[in-house]
Amino acid sequence: MTIAAEPAVQVQGDRVSLLRVLGPAHVWALGVGIVLVGEFTGWNFAADKGGALAALIVCWIVGLLYTSVAMIDSEVTSTVAAAGGQYAQAKHIVGPLMAFNVALFLVFAYTMLEVSDAILLGDTIVAKAGVEGLNHNSFIAATIVVLAWLNYRGVLMTLNVNFVITAIAYVSIVILFLSVSPWTQGAVLKLNELVTPGNALPYGWIGVIAAFQFGIWYYLGIEGTTQAAEEVRSPARSLPYGTMAGMITLLIAAAMTWYVCASLMPWEYLGITYYPLWDAGKLTGSALLENLLFIATLLAALASANGCINDAARAWFSLGRDRYLPTWFSAVHPKYRTPYRSILFLLPIALAFAFIADLNQAITFSILSGVLQYTFMSINIIMFRKKWPLGSIRRGYTHPFHPLPAIVLFCLCVVTFFAIFLGFGSQLIAMVAFYFLISLWFHFYRYKFVRRGAQFTMPWPKPQGY
Amino acid sequence: MWVALSYACWGISIVLALWMLYDWFKIDTTYSEEMLTSSREGELEAVSEKHRI
Repeated sequence: MTIAAEPAVQVQGDRVSLLRVLGPAHVWALGVGIVLVGEFTGWNFAADKGGALAALIVCWIVGLLYTSVAMIDSEVTSTVAAAGGQYAQAKHIVGPLMAFNVALFLVFAYTMLEVSDAILLGDTIVAKAGVEGLNHNSFIAATIVVLAWLNYRGVLMTLNVNFVITAIAYVSIVILFLSVSPWTQGAVLKLNELVTPGNALPYGWIGVIAAFQFGIWYYLGIEGTTQAAEEVRSPARSLPYGTMAGMITLLIAAAMTWYVCASLMPWEYLGITYYPLWDAGKLTGSALLENLLFIATLLAALASANGCINDAARAWFSLGRDRYLPTWFSAVHPKYRTPYRSILFLLPIALAFAFIADLNQAITFSILSGVLQYTFMSINIIMFRKKWPLGSIRRGYTHPFHPLPAIVLFCLCVVTFFAIFLGFGSQLIAMVAFYFLISLWFHFYRYKFVRRGAQFTMPWPKPQGY
Repeated sequence: MWVALSYACWGISIVLALWMLYDWFKIDTTYSEEMLTSSREGELEAVSEKHRI
């Protein structure tokens, strides 16, 4: 196998395309930036569903789900290096209808997550201010518009900013962890008093199953790294490296977060608070830690919304480029090299949802679309290995123990769907019905506009059996 | 202070939104639609890497 590398060319004649300027650190910043907000809020609702121990059990089991996601994604994306990520994968491996649905999963998951982040940021500022009559709408608008502007102006600055604010938010968790003497119980932490055999699993094992829905928040969005595929200098190297490093980072952050929070507050409170880490900072009695965790909560929400705008716009842009949607959306800014029309199109949609939706609804729609996407990924990798076995095409990364990660991922997705059904059954049914109807529209109306041969761009040999 | 910050947020949002709309209009009227939508998936990959096993 030989790779003859030449300087990447972005403009050829009158053509303009996305800019290849990113490295592994940007991929890490994109993935961890999207996810880290889940440590600051979201995961703790798992404690409400099943107790503090259930939140820890799902931290590990859902960690297994996302490790499978990261491994599978790294292999396929290091081969299908195109904006759109899982959409481009689905298009080449499964087919156009699956690809269309996957792109919608992506856009919904990231836009709803962006909405949730903006609401969280607005609510956090209002809670801190404690001023009567102060509304969160101005902070929501500023979050969404400023970050859209940043994304509009270029991917390099966007992800440089994400790297810095994500790193600060992450370091704040480490500082909190080290500040509470984690090696000593009784001084600050009281895990043995707060989590006892009598209250560890207050609703039994069904509570653990129900907790899966919010356990997703520990890691939701790490698969977003693949959206940068067309903008990284070396996709085959940077994407697996950035994604796997991100996953390791998040597993450590999730474990530290649970340990500190479960050792500082009873599960009844932990399960309902919107700010578990900020509250943990307050409970240490240190004003410095309290303020640090307040700022870190804001930065984590900003980093997540920033990455979500980046990813949703690229998925939407890819749909336009393949004529799955009007080609108007596939425009690239000739100066900033960003999918500027897609960014602008999704901006008022995010604003509208942020002003009218509540946090729980937005989070649930995001999680639902995410889990639909993970279910697809488990099927996708089986088909990928079957159609293009090892050795038939160049892979930047080959994940081990195939098909075990795919089977684990599929089984855990089924459990998570059941957990979502327990809590948000009507939303689950409504969303599945929406995807079914939109699939009919695509199949019977929109697909006739697609240039069928031109959409398959990877220089691969014919798949086995064709 | 928080109320002033709230008004500042509205101001920044409006200014940046207007700037993006202006830039969008300027770009769309300066460049041809063919050029703006000329990006092709896999093009860079084909340019920068030769796929051989």
